[in-house]
Amino acid sequence: MTGAVVDALANEGIRPRAPSVGVERELLREGSDPVPRARPRRLPGWAVSWLQILPLTTILLVLFALPTLLFLAVSFFDYDRTGIYPAFLLDNYREVLTSASTLRVYLSTLKFAAIVWAITLFLGFNIAYFLVFHVRSGKVRLVFFLLCAIPFFTSAIIRTIAWIPFLGRSGAFNQAVLALGLTSRPLDFLLFSSFSVVIAYVHLYTLLMIGPIANALSKIDRSLVEAARDAGASRWQTMAHVVIPLSKTGIALGSILVITQVMGDYFIVRQMSGGQSASIVSALSVEIQAMQYPPASASAILLVVIVAIMVGCLMRIVDVRKELVK
Amino acid sequence: MAEAPVRQNPIDARPWTFYALGALFFAYLLFLYGPMLVIYALSFQGPNGGVTFPIVDPSLDWFRDVWRPGQMANIPVAFWRSMTLAGIVCLLTVLISVAAGLAYRRPFPGSGLVFYLAVSSLVMPSLLVGFGIGLGFQFLGLQADLFTSALGAQLTWTLPFGLLTMFAVVNRFNRSWEEAAADLGATPWQRLRYVTLPILLPGILGVGLSAFTLSYDEYARTTLTIGARNTLPLEIYALISSQTTPMLFALGTLTTAASFLLIGVSLVVLLRLQRRREWMSRRAT
Repeated sequence: MTGAVVDALANEGIRPRAPSVGVERELLREGSDPVPRARPRRLPGWAVSWLQILPLTTILLVLFALPTLLFLAVSFFDYDRTGIYPAFLLDNYREVLTSASTLRVYLSTLKFAAIVWAITLFLGFNIAYFLVFHVRSGKVRLVFFLLCAIPFFTSAIIRTIAWIPFLGRSGAFNQAVLALGLTSRPLDFLLFSSFSVVIAYVHLYTLLMIGPIANALSKIDRSLVEAARDAGASRWQTMAHVVIPLSKTGIALGSILVITQVMGDYFIVRQMSGGQSASIVSALSVEIQAMQYPPASASAILLVVIVAIMVGCLMRIVDVRKELVK
Repeated sequence: MAEAPVRQNPIDARPWTFYALGALFFAYLLFLYGPMLVIYALSFQGPNGGVTFPIVDPSLDWFRDVWRPGQMANIPVAFWRSMTLAGIVCLLTVLISVAAGLAYRRPFPGSGLVFYLAVSSLVMPSLLVGFGIGLGFQFLGLQADLFTSALGAQLTWTLPFGLLTMFAVVNRFNRSWEEAAADLGATPWQRLRYVTLPILLPGILGVGLSAFTLSYDEYARTTLTIGARNTLPLEIYALISSQTTPMLFALGTLTTAASFLLIGVSLVVLLRLQRRREWMSRRAT
């Protein structure tokens, strides 16, 4: 196994080449075969790639694809208080699809996803644009990037609850506003509301938008922007017809990351809404804790289908794969 | 031909958008660090103080509390568990995603399938991955544990991330370096060892660093696959569901300090690599 991997790594090359003099000398020195014109046997390029991709594929198949198929199967199972039983029932889906609470939870999560997507896209694009196009010194840019990234290294849970002493009734923000005399009573809507949920999401996920967009922007050839300007395009025209189209891979990738994070979240909504609203996954985790695996699996499959449709649409707009793997 | 009119160098004139976007950027930084600064300050709360201002008798008590094994959570033990797990995840992610990134430099049958498999794994709601793996372990009669199911669940998250990062890294790589090495008689192994990997090294370090932090902070994929030995995020979660004390803020301050240290060390390593490379190229000429 190790030998195969080493071979695959060693074969890493542009295209199969005739062995050079160096190769033969090396082979002779190792002395396995004294025949003068020993030719190392080369694997074809695709086989080398397969060996290199094998560990990744195996892990993802065993730990991601197989478990997904497993809960797909379980979603058709029967269950009672004591256990689950293999069967082929559609009851679990019927229950999930006809319950009013499913609809409510989905609408609420989709609403959050839409709001957070819009805000992070606006912030992410503008900040990435500022960092890539306006900051001239490479060192300053690096420092700014790091400033954006450092909070990412603190636990997301701690970063979320950090808002509580900030936004609470007697929190730092209210104290400041009261001290400035801007309001006579502390603002109540700041914490344990939809507002604080959105704030926490934006705080956590804007970086996921900045990264891919900045990467896409930094690949844009500057002379294209200058050419557009020389040809008389206004700032907005350059933006709309040159910069945005050329950075749409980054926009799509960032959008995918942010939207799927919000769709899959169950901690932030629960924590920041003060238990008032649930998310799709938090409702699902209640079922998992109650060991009701078949209905939990059915709603899991429903969520997977919806996320897959959303990601599929984004990937249709932009061929992320073609742009990434060049 | 007429002399071109003397134009003001466009680079010197800052358009108004520069100031607008600059203001937006600094507002974002304020937004990013505002609540963080509050928790840094509150972690110096006195022993009788609460989780909001004012700070009563500033002290280091809560920092001491972090290191004391409590009834609800044992932070030091969980911390080392998380570090060990993150170290293993980091190593495996670097090895596997660097190999995978190299594979994508040439077309091969099935490349699309593997790509979409990785993207699916990345966008899958995290808790569901843990749920599936947990179910699998139950069906097989295996006990979920830190270094089996939890490690696996985290890899389904760090590997696709690593692969996407490697695409960005590999795309910037100039193939002619390798061709030059081959023309000079380097074996494929020498080419990989002395040309490709050293040039890709900063990107590879990036893959490792992000895998480490993603694992260290991972919660949703781990919670259903962890078994009996909790990682740090799970212990923190258990703590906030019971009671919030300034001890959590002290923990946050310590984590941030540790990440500053980690980033600092990585920067120093990167700078040294760069300097060594410059030095070697100067010596070569």
